[in-house]
Amino acid sequence: MDSSLILQQIINGFSLGSMYALIAIGYTMVYGVLRLINFAHGDIMMVGAYSALFCVTSMNVPFLGALSLAMLFAAALGIAIDRVAYKPLRKAPRISLLITAIGISFLIQNVFNVLFGSTPKYFPVPSYLEAVINFNNISISINSILVPILTFFILLVVLFILYKSKYGIAIRALAFDVHTVNLMGIDANRIIAIVFALGSALAAIGGIFWAVSYPSVEPSMGTLIGLKAFGAAVLGGIGSVAGAVLGGLIIGFTEVVVVAIFPDLSGFKDAFAFIFLVLILLFKPTGILGINFEKSRF
Amino acid sequence: MIARKITHLSFFIIALAVLFISPYFFNDYKIGILSNIAIFVILAVSYNLINGVTGQFSLEPNGFVAIGAYVAALVLLTSESKIDQFSLEDPSNFILMIHSPSFIVALLSAGVCAMLLSLVLAFAVFRVRGDYLAIVTLGFGIIIKLMAINFASITNGSLGLNDIPKHTTLYWSGGIAIFSVIIILNIVSSKFGRAMKAVRDDEDAALAMGINTFNIKTLAFSTSAFLEGVGGGLLACALASVSPEQFDFLFTFQLLIIIVLGGLGSTTGAIIGAILVIGGSEYLRFLDESMNIFGYETPAMPGLRMVVFSIILILVMLFARRGIMGDKELTDVLFKFSKGKKK
Repeated sequence: MDSSLILQQIINGFSLGSMYALIAIGYTMVYGVLRLINFAHGDIMMVGAYSALFCVTSMNVPFLGALSLAMLFAAALGIAIDRVAYKPLRKAPRISLLITAIGISFLIQNVFNVLFGSTPKYFPVPSYLEAVINFNNISISINSILVPILTFFILLVVLFILYKSKYGIAIRALAFDVHTVNLMGIDANRIIAIVFALGSALAAIGGIFWAVSYPSVEPSMGTLIGLKAFGAAVLGGIGSVAGAVLGGLIIGFTEVVVVAIFPDLSGFKDAFAFIFLVLILLFKPTGILGINFEKSRF
Repeated sequence: MIARKITHLSFFIIALAVLFISPYFFNDYKIGILSNIAIFVILAVSYNLINGVTGQFSLEPNGFVAIGAYVAALVLLTSESKIDQFSLEDPSNFILMIHSPSFIVALLSAGVCAMLLSLVLAFAVFRVRGDYLAIVTLGFGIIIKLMAINFASITNGSLGLNDIPKHTTLYWSGGIAIFSVIIILNIVSSKFGRAMKAVRDDEDAALAMGINTFNIKTLAFSTSAFLEGVGGGLLACALASVSPEQFDFLFTFQLLIIIVLGGLGSTTGAIIGAILVIGGSEYLRFLDESMNIFGYETPAMPGLRMVVFSIILILVMLFARRGIMGDKELTDVLFKFSKGKKK
């Protein structure tokens, strides 16, 4: 394989990895504050992609407007899910929360199945994202350069919110100790709502760029992508935002590059994230940049 | 205690009697549903052993059921039929070699293969606990499905296997269901069963009491895998076909609803859950088709049934977290007076 092809694969890998990273940030933040694998997170991503599709095709909103509307809608959905399904179970055993999350995931997926059918729908990609740069035999779409840059920018914004703002301090305090936070006069439920809104909005961006890169959306798209993103979050160290980005990049990068080098393994590319996950959990249970949570148990 | 045993025995006699007289009362369609319910009773009580009784939130019964279904199908199919069917790649020599017309051999090998796999997986999955266990087992379920798609010389890839002899009758599935309920009830009330409950309630304390928690978890995991494999074999021979799509996460989700609805940890609950969910999903089949509501013809809405089931699961979790039976058995409810002695 010549070097230009390798370079192209590396760029594609970063692009795919950034999308996983965007989704993994939401997973890691929710796990940080609630100790809950939010199985519905991948489906929020799917809802984000669908609402952007609806804005673009039915309401003729330009792409950037659709992106913002979808983010708002996903954030509202995230908050609503927390209020309806997770908040009543704050003091329940963790297994109840996990089962509810699985139920919510299936509910969203099947509601979309009923409303829009299970066939993939074409996503109209704006022409400026489809443009291709040709450079030394490498052809790279604007999209695959834009997504990693955007992810890096979002990472900076999220880190700024987490470490410099009042709310960020509250979020980190909540992740550290739920009981003391209430004593300190912080409204834990409000902070959790903020976490859900932020994570869901990021998932929506991830979903929309996924739909742009593989121009189609379908109700079940969120399941596998979401689970792989959780794998990425654990790989990077659950609870750490930078770790989620790192894990996402590693998973996306491996998927693209390994398949390019060993085409025989292409059928197993969806398994890489889980194989990594098992290996990391066996040898380093806290992940690469992980925070040492106490032994997790229901 | 003797009263309990007599009650158990009389329930099994009633179940056997129902099993033997039902073919004279129901038509073939209803017999098919009953047989399906019996298969899901097997799957639910065995899934409940690891999830409810031992408290290890495993999400991969779909993987074990798939292994069982494939193994049973490959054992029962003749080599001519295999050569005819395999269109993506030629069947490997090993696959052509294994053949037995006996249903019992097929079911046993299905169970044994699933159990062997579970023994290997136990070393990986029981290194972690809680949420991580859920995601790791879910990952293995996905990997097993990917293997079924990609190893086309063994599984015929995404096309799956067809023309499997339809050996599953109500007698087979009902008989094995009764047999597995007896096995599970005996395990739960044995020394191992109490150790399993101890692991569920407080793993560290159980460890401190000298219980080898890894062995106990592995015992529950492999017993449940064996029965799930047998259930998978029954399922393959009831449908006459297996394909990778049949055994994706949706399958686990259905079993999860069954055991949560019935009450996590209760074998009686798992049986009730299987009857309600599988019978109910047959009853609710009209939801997916077009309906006539006040003279207005609604379009067919495939998936509405799953919407209803998701809502049921969420409502159970929110308002009746312990399910129908809680973690009690039917005999606990019948013999309330002995409850005081136990605690």
